[in-house]
Amino acid sequence: MTREIAVVAFAQTDHRRSTEESSEVEMLMPVLHGVLAQSGLRTADIGFTCSGSSDYLAGRAFSFTLALDGVGAWPPISESHVEMDGAWALYEAWTKLLTGDADTALVYSYGKCSPGSVRDVLTRQLDPYYVAPLWPDSVALAALQAQALMDAGHTDEPALAAVGARSRADAEANPHAQLKGPVPHGDYVVRPLRTGDCPPVGDGAAAVILAAGERARRLCARPAWIRGIDHRIEAHGLGVRDLTDSPSTRLAAEKAGAFERPVDTAELHAPFTAQEVILRRALRLGDDVRVNPSGGALAANPVMAAGLIRIGEAAARIHRGESDRALAHATSGPCLQQNLVAVLEGDPR
Amino acid sequence: MSKEPVAVVGIGQTKHVAARRDVSIAGLVREAAQRALEDAELTWSDIDAVVIGKAPDFFEGVMMPELYLADALGAVGKPMLRVHTAGSVGGSTALVAANLVAARVHGTVLTLAFEKQSESNAMWGLSLPIPFQQPLLAGAGGFFAPHVRAYMRRSGAPDTIGSLVAYKDRRNALKNPYAHLHEHDITLEKVQASPMLWDPIRYSETCPSSDGACAMVLTDRAGAARAPRPPAWMLGGAMRSEPTLFAGKDFVSPQAGKDCAADVYRQAGIADPRRDIDAVEMYVPFSWYEPMWLENLGFAAEGEGWKLTESGVTELDGDLPVNMSGGVLSANPIGASGMIRFAEAALQVRGQAGEHQVDDARKVLGHAYGGGSQFFSMWLVGARPPQC
Repeated sequence: MTREIAVVAFAQTDHRRSTEESSEVEMLMPVLHGVLAQSGLRTADIGFTCSGSSDYLAGRAFSFTLALDGVGAWPPISESHVEMDGAWALYEAWTKLLTGDADTALVYSYGKCSPGSVRDVLTRQLDPYYVAPLWPDSVALAALQAQALMDAGHTDEPALAAVGARSRADAEANPHAQLKGPVPHGDYVVRPLRTGDCPPVGDGAAAVILAAGERARRLCARPAWIRGIDHRIEAHGLGVRDLTDSPSTRLAAEKAGAFERPVDTAELHAPFTAQEVILRRALRLGDDVRVNPSGGALAANPVMAAGLIRIGEAAARIHRGESDRALAHATSGPCLQQNLVAVLEGDPR
Repeated sequence: MSKEPVAVVGIGQTKHVAARRDVSIAGLVREAAQRALEDAELTWSDIDAVVIGKAPDFFEGVMMPELYLADALGAVGKPMLRVHTAGSVGGSTALVAANLVAARVHGTVLTLAFEKQSESNAMWGLSLPIPFQQPLLAGAGGFFAPHVRAYMRRSGAPDTIGSLVAYKDRRNALKNPYAHLHEHDITLEKVQASPMLWDPIRYSETCPSSDGACAMVLTDRAGAARAPRPPAWMLGGAMRSEPTLFAGKDFVSPQAGKDCAADVYRQAGIADPRRDIDAVEMYVPFSWYEPMWLENLGFAAEGEGWKLTESGVTELDGDLPVNMSGGVLSANPIGASGMIRFAEAALQVRGQAGEHQVDDARKVLGHAYGGGSQFFSMWLVGARPPQC
C-alpha cells in the first residue's frame, strides 16, 4: 500500500579545506547539474525540492535563499528547507513523496566551514544560558565521549587509531575525499583524541534525487529503495546521557527495519573515531559489514552535508551493484544527540 | 493513493509581548505546547513526533535551537524536525507536520513555531552584509516600501488605504487576548499622524517585534474522533518558492503566491475564493500588504484589492473578514507569525476564536510569506472533513 521510494542519483563536490574563491551557490551548482544529468531530469521535472543548511556556517541570516536562486526556481517550485543536515531534508522529501503529492524530489545540502572556526561556531548549538557561555567546543565534547568510552572498557587508543587509519586508507578510492592515504595518528588535540581521531575541516555540497515506484525504475538501472527511514533525538544535556551508548540510533534503526535482515554495507556519520565504536555497537554491526568504504566523515566532513553524503554513498554502492542492502546513518548535535538511520536495498539480482 | 485526512485538535499560544524576561526560550515554547496539549486533552506521551520552526537562528543567537529544546518539548526518544523557510516558516512548519500525518508516518504530531526577539535585535540580525548582493538595508521595511509604492502607482489606490488596514487590525487585536499590541485609545487619526518610517509606510502601519510561540496538535482521522472539541480539518495546503531577485519578478504580486493559492484551492475544491472562503488570516507585516495579497490570492481582480479594504469588506463584521486576530500588525514573533495565521484560521472553523470569532466560519484560509516575497505557504481549513 505504501509507495516505494528510491534514491536514483547522487552527486557531491570534491571536499576541500577552503573554497574562498567560490560562493555557496557556486559550490552547489555543479552538484545540482550532476544529479540532474545522471537522472536525465530537468529542474521543471522535479516535483518537490528540499534543502538543508545552516545560517551559522554562512554567518548570515536566510543564507539558503541564495542557493534557491541557483536551483532555478522559475516558474515557482514546491520547495522547503530544514535548518539541519541534508539527511533530514531527504526525510522531509520522502514523506512528501509518500503522500503522493510528488513523484520526484531534489534534495541538496551544503556547508562551508572555512570562513570561521567551526569548533567555535558549533558551541552556539549548546544550551544558550548554562553551557554555551562556557564555549566548550565540539572536539572537547567528543573527547569527553571518547574518554567515557575508554573508561567503560569499550575501546582504547590503538583501536581508535585503527579506525582512523582504515577510514583514510579506504578514502584513497574516493575521488571526492579531502583527507586520504596514510595519515599519522598525530598529536593530542584534546585528550584522548589525536588529530587522526578528528575529522578534517572542509567545505562541500551534495545532492540526491528521489523517485517513487515505476518512475524510479525508469530513471535508474538499479534504484536504491528506501526500505525504512527514521530519526530520533536525545536529551541535550550531556550529564543526563550515557555517552558510551546511542539509544536514539538503536531506536531509529529498529523503526527503519535495520535489524530485520543483515546489511552488507554501513555508511556511518561518525566524525570522531570513538563515535564509530559507539555506532557499531548500537547498530549491532558485525565484522563482516563493510563500514564506511567511502572513508566516512573522517575523510571529509562538510558540516550539514556529511549526513546526506552517507545516504548518497550507500545508494551509489547499490546503484553500482556493490551492495544489496545498506544502512546509512546521519548525526547532529553534540556527542551524537540526534541520529537518523535509513535502510536501502537494490532489487534482487 | 489516498492521503490520511489531517485534523487540528489542539491549539496553544503565548501572550505575545515585547519581551518575556520571565522565561527562557525553552520556557516560552513549553508554555505554548502545553496549552495545545491541554486543548487536545492529550499528554506528552500521546505525541509521536515534533516539528519545530522559527526564522533565522541569529534572532536568538542559538544555532539549531531544536537541539537544546528537545527536552522542553518532550521530544526525547522521538523524531524532531526543524524547518526554516524565512518569514513563511510558521506555515511551512505546520505543513511539514501535516505531511507526516497525511503520509501515515505518524498518527499525532506536535508542531510549534516561536521567536524570542528580545534575546537580540532582529533588524540587525537581518542586516548582515554579504558582497555582491543587495542587502536587506535596515530591516524589512526598507526592502518592502518600494514594492508598496509600485502597488499604489499600479492600482491607483488612494494613500489612505494603508491606515485603514492598520486601524482595523489594531481594533481587532483588542478582542484577542494573545495579541501583543492592545492600543485601547487607537484612532484612525492617530495612525495617520504617526511618523513616516519608510515612505509610504508609517510607524503605526508596521508590525511590532514580539516574543511568542504558537503550537498545534495535528492528528489523523482516529485521533480526531477522540478529540474533546471540534477539530479543524485541513482541506488543502501548499508551499511555493521563487528566486529572490530576477528580471521577470513581480514584487507586487509574485507568481509563487498565485500558484500556491491556486494549488490550495484545487485541493480544497474552491472555485471562487471570494464566494467560497469565509475569512482569511493573512500575513500582513506592513498594512499595505492586505490589498496586495487580496489580489495575489484571487479575492479581487488586479488593481481592485484596495476597494475591498476601503468599502469595509475586510472588517471583522464585513463580508470577507481579514485578520480577525489583529494579524501580524498586532503581534509579530517572526518565526511563529505564519503558524499563528494557520492556527487562527483553525480556531475560526472550530468556533473557538472567542471575541474575534466570525459567525458561521466554515472555510478559512491561513497564509504566510517570507524572504523577498519569495516563499509562500498556505492552508485552507474547514469545519467538515475533506470529501474522500
